[in-house]
Amino acid sequence: MFNIYCPYCEEHREEEEFHPSGQAHLARPADADACTDKEWGDFLYFRKNPRGLHQELWQHTAGCRKFFNITRDTVSYQILETYKVGQSPQVKLPEVKLEEPRHG
Amino acid sequence: MVDLIQGRYVQKNRLPSGGRINRDKILTFRFDNRYYKGYEGDTIASALLANGVKVVGRSFKYSRPRGIMSAGVEEPNAILQVGSTEATQVPNVRATEQPLYDGLVCSTVNGWPHVNFDVMSLLGRIGGNMMGPGFYYKTFMFPAFMWETYEKFIRRAAGLGRAPKERDVDSYDHMHHHVDVMIVGAGAAGLSAALAAARTGVRVMIADERSEMGGGLLHSTTSIDKLPATQWVAKVCHELDGLDNVVRLSRSVVNGLHDHNFLTVNERRTHHLGDQAPEGVTRERIHKVRAHTVILATGAHERPLVFGNNDLPGCMQCSAVSEYIRRYAVVPGGSLVVMTTNDAGYQCAFDWHDVGREVVAIVDTRANADSDVIAQAKQREITLIKGSAVIEARGQGRVTKAMVASINADGSFVTGEPRTLICDTIASSGGWSPAVHLSCHTGSRPRWRDDILGFVPGETHEQVLSAGGVAGTQTLSACIQEGIKAGTEAAAKCSNSSVADAMSAPVVEDELHAPAMALYLVPHTKAPTRASKQFVDMQNDVTAAGLQVSTHEGFESIEHVKRYTAMGFGTDQGKTGNVNGMAIVAKTLGQSIAETGTTVFRPNYTPVTFGAVAGSHTGALFDPKRFTPMHRWHVEHGALFENVGQWKRPWYFPRQGESMQDTLNRECVATRTSVGILDASTLGKIDIQGDDAREFLGRVYTNAWAKLPPGRCRYGLMCGEDGMVMDDGVTSCLAENHFLMTTTTGGAAHVLNWLELYHQTEWPELDVYFTSVTDHWATMTIAGPNSRALLAKVCSDIDLDKDAFKFMDWRSGSVAGVPARVFRISFTGELSYEINVPAHYGLHVWEALFEQGKEFDLTAYGTESMHVLRAEKGFVIVGQDTDGSITPIDMDHAWAVANNKPFSYIGKRGMQREDCLRPNRKQLVGLETVDPAVVLPEGAQAVRNPEQSIPMTMVGHVTSSYYSANAGRSIAMGVIRDGINRHGESVFFPLADGRTIEARIRNTVWVDPDGERQKS
Ligand SMILES: [Zn+2]
Repeated sequence: MFNIYCPYCEEHREEEEFHPSGQAHLARPADADACTDKEWGDFLYFRKNPRGLHQELWQHTAGCRKFFNITRDTVSYQILETYKVGQSPQVKLPEVKLEEPRHG
Repeated sequence: MVDLIQGRYVQKNRLPSGGRINRDKILTFRFDNRYYKGYEGDTIASALLANGVKVVGRSFKYSRPRGIMSAGVEEPNAILQVGSTEATQVPNVRATEQPLYDGLVCSTVNGWPHVNFDVMSLLGRIGGNMMGPGFYYKTFMFPAFMWETYEKFIRRAAGLGRAPKERDVDSYDHMHHHVDVMIVGAGAAGLSAALAAARTGVRVMIADERSEMGGGLLHSTTSIDKLPATQWVAKVCHELDGLDNVVRLSRSVVNGLHDHNFLTVNERRTHHLGDQAPEGVTRERIHKVRAHTVILATGAHERPLVFGNNDLPGCMQCSAVSEYIRRYAVVPGGSLVVMTTNDAGYQCAFDWHDVGREVVAIVDTRANADSDVIAQAKQREITLIKGSAVIEARGQGRVTKAMVASINADGSFVTGEPRTLICDTIASSGGWSPAVHLSCHTGSRPRWRDDILGFVPGETHEQVLSAGGVAGTQTLSACIQEGIKAGTEAAAKCSNSSVADAMSAPVVEDELHAPAMALYLVPHTKAPTRASKQFVDMQNDVTAAGLQVSTHEGFESIEHVKRYTAMGFGTDQGKTGNVNGMAIVAKTLGQSIAETGTTVFRPNYTPVTFGAVAGSHTGALFDPKRFTPMHRWHVEHGALFENVGQWKRPWYFPRQGESMQDTLNRECVATRTSVGILDASTLGKIDIQGDDAREFLGRVYTNAWAKLPPGRCRYGLMCGEDGMVMDDGVTSCLAENHFLMTTTTGGAAHVLNWLELYHQTEWPELDVYFTSVTDHWATMTIAGPNSRALLAKVCSDIDLDKDAFKFMDWRSGSVAGVPARVFRISFTGELSYEINVPAHYGLHVWEALFEQGKEFDLTAYGTESMHVLRAEKGFVIVGQDTDGSITPIDMDHAWAVANNKPFSYIGKRGMQREDCLRPNRKQLVGLETVDPAVVLPEGAQAVRNPEQSIPMTMVGHVTSSYYSANAGRSIAMGVIRDGINRHGESVFFPLADGRTIEARIRNTVWVDPDGERQKS
């Protein structure tokens, strides 16, 4: 059960009041009609699934109903920051290293 | 039934004085088929031991007799079924934690048919060596179809309690708290922490699982500040109770430490009072606590040593023996042998000796220990056998002998001839395992410490401190000091100020301690696989030999060993056995315990009843129910209801003697021949305003909205970005910048969410506002050729002329004397008006319509007739005729797609994807059965050629199917590959019952194909 700081309400509230909406900062292509099928497919379906820091979009559904962003560690479940839509995160994400799958 | 013998047993093991029990209050209880007596303050376990009861159950796998081993939460054996009536049955109750009350009824959970004569023990004895680790996997898994038979056999034979068959008579609840400092455990460290924190004024909660706070201090012989420990405890509790910033919870086990310091605390409020909670009191309560800082003061569990037949009744933990003697005035036997690797183990021998019973010997596994306790043993003239161990217990069903032999310095082998000591109790201590369980719940891994021979809480991201036994601290003075330090530190973190030490440490005299010896599995003259069984996990019958065998079979990760052997899987979660097991695995693999690591504990720390988990969220409070303003009328008129989300919608209104089909036929025919009425209040309604409201609609709907003038309505289709149909509904233009959107009943919340998402994240520059107004309006649809005449009788201020108030117009005015919005829209294809009035007028208007509608035989219809009537017209229901893989084009709704809109609306690009444009997609069509009397089952799969071999190539399925009285035949819709181009062709539906139904593909409209009626 997370304890989440809503940047609009400006207080910590229980997770029960919120609803996660997946990866943050997914911008809808400005000229959707000009996208190739691959570009549109990437926008539609491809999402990060990091072990570690992740920027997520949440909505304060049972509160102010505002969407906002969370930088969360998917391992420790610590929330490092929450910030409004349109703002930039203060916590920098590490460079993504693609690991070779381990066998054995 | 065996005779119930009253008063046959005397409390032969009860001391004449002492203990924290109330001898004036004698309690009678029943265990299996006999009655016993105990005192107020007893647990079931202490009372059973007082009465000399040795065997309290049979083991899970080998069906060996088992006795009480501990005095607390870690008890693996004494797991009972408690309850005097069927409705109050509680399974898996630890006898060591259940307070005794008068009239308590309990029984063993395993040991069918009786604990003292068990058919399974025969199997256990014969099959002993066959039932190795992974036994169930190897024996019972094949052939797979036999598993159900095996499982019944295993459960019947082993048993682990049973759920009540009757409804629970008690109630339960939940309570939320926000505190600054939460202290888990109220022993010396916890109480010190609580006091130190509380004195600073921060909000403090302290919870402890036992009925009295104090932990080990309640049976301690030491003094604190020159007071007996129990008096110090009373003094601290008294001070805490006087502070209004402190909540002190006894009988409350902290079962989970979840993310961000959220704790779940299970308070057993009435378990000590009786079978059933007193009137007006909840039996259990879950406290949901959000804490700034958590202090774990959960203490440690004593590790019994692993030796031959160490599961015989009479084998106990040293500390448990002390606790029974000092707290309950119960000596569990007549003659005691103590085996210990450490100084703490001596205390139980002293307690036993001091009440005048025989201590046969203290067997110290250390050869050259030198500490105060050894001097004390000598003072008491207790026989001390150094450098030796009890390698095996002997006895039939209970301990009668201990086999003692000298061992080498690291305890890896026996060095001398075993000799026999006559005794009925063997207490053992292999040291203390910190109760790190809660520290693991948020993913932290415990850390092994060689100096204390135990795992302590590992690193954590949370604001969690540890103090006392759980941190590996073993002396009382240090526990108290750590508690004070943690309490002060936690308080300072919360108040963001450095609080001066509010408490100085009390004076405690510690004794000189000698280091403990690292010993887990006591060596035997034979190898574990040949020696008598050496139990590690009593509840799951995991033995040292079993662990060794599983490592030899290739299970090297401790997590794999756990799952293969089931070690730590019982209701006790391996509280006494886990560390011993890991030590044995480590040794077998030739590595250290630190390298082997530990399995991770997860919530819950102890089993929780479903009643507590559910709290008050049962029955009517399980899930909200939503009722329309006209609900009372529906009930009074015999409606049957259908759940649509949380809504209760009238399904149909049967009259006396009607079958369901009779009712539907009557409702549908009445609507098409005169006038019917539907309660449509549940449709989602979203009020949309703002300068850019119209632009916004154009982006979220597939069709055009630029030119819809005030007073007009339009059907709108909504897609996801993938181009698939998501929702639909009619949206009306109330004013230039003001619209009312309707959604499907089930889609209302999601659509509002969707609009907000796009507005807030993609197009915040648009000036638009959304408000859900679903509950604000009562909506009733009158449909049928007489609907205009009916409306005219209750509405005088709207011009109802068919050219003045056209199809897809809306007007405001008054209906039955109240303000109303009337929409001329139709989901039946008939002349139809949807009347919206403020919700609290709903019933009034509905009843006025019925009053005025008598001459037209106004007929109420429910959701089922609504479905039939719309299907007769080929109107789709999103979510029934679509499934998330249907585009507007697939749905034959190309007319609702405006690709010339300047903005690339949601769904447009998605619909252009290669897969959406390919031929042979499933498309919505009508399906006309060759036999008009046959109604296709919804979901039936279509094939083009029924003669093909199985598996057949399926080309689609039925989405909606009914008998239509108006069409005089069955009607259906479905999705068929390339269906729009195949009107007139046949498809076949082979059914599970062997029938194959043939149907011809056609358009979806069965009634009024030219759509004249709705415009009439
Ligand atoms: Zn908010």
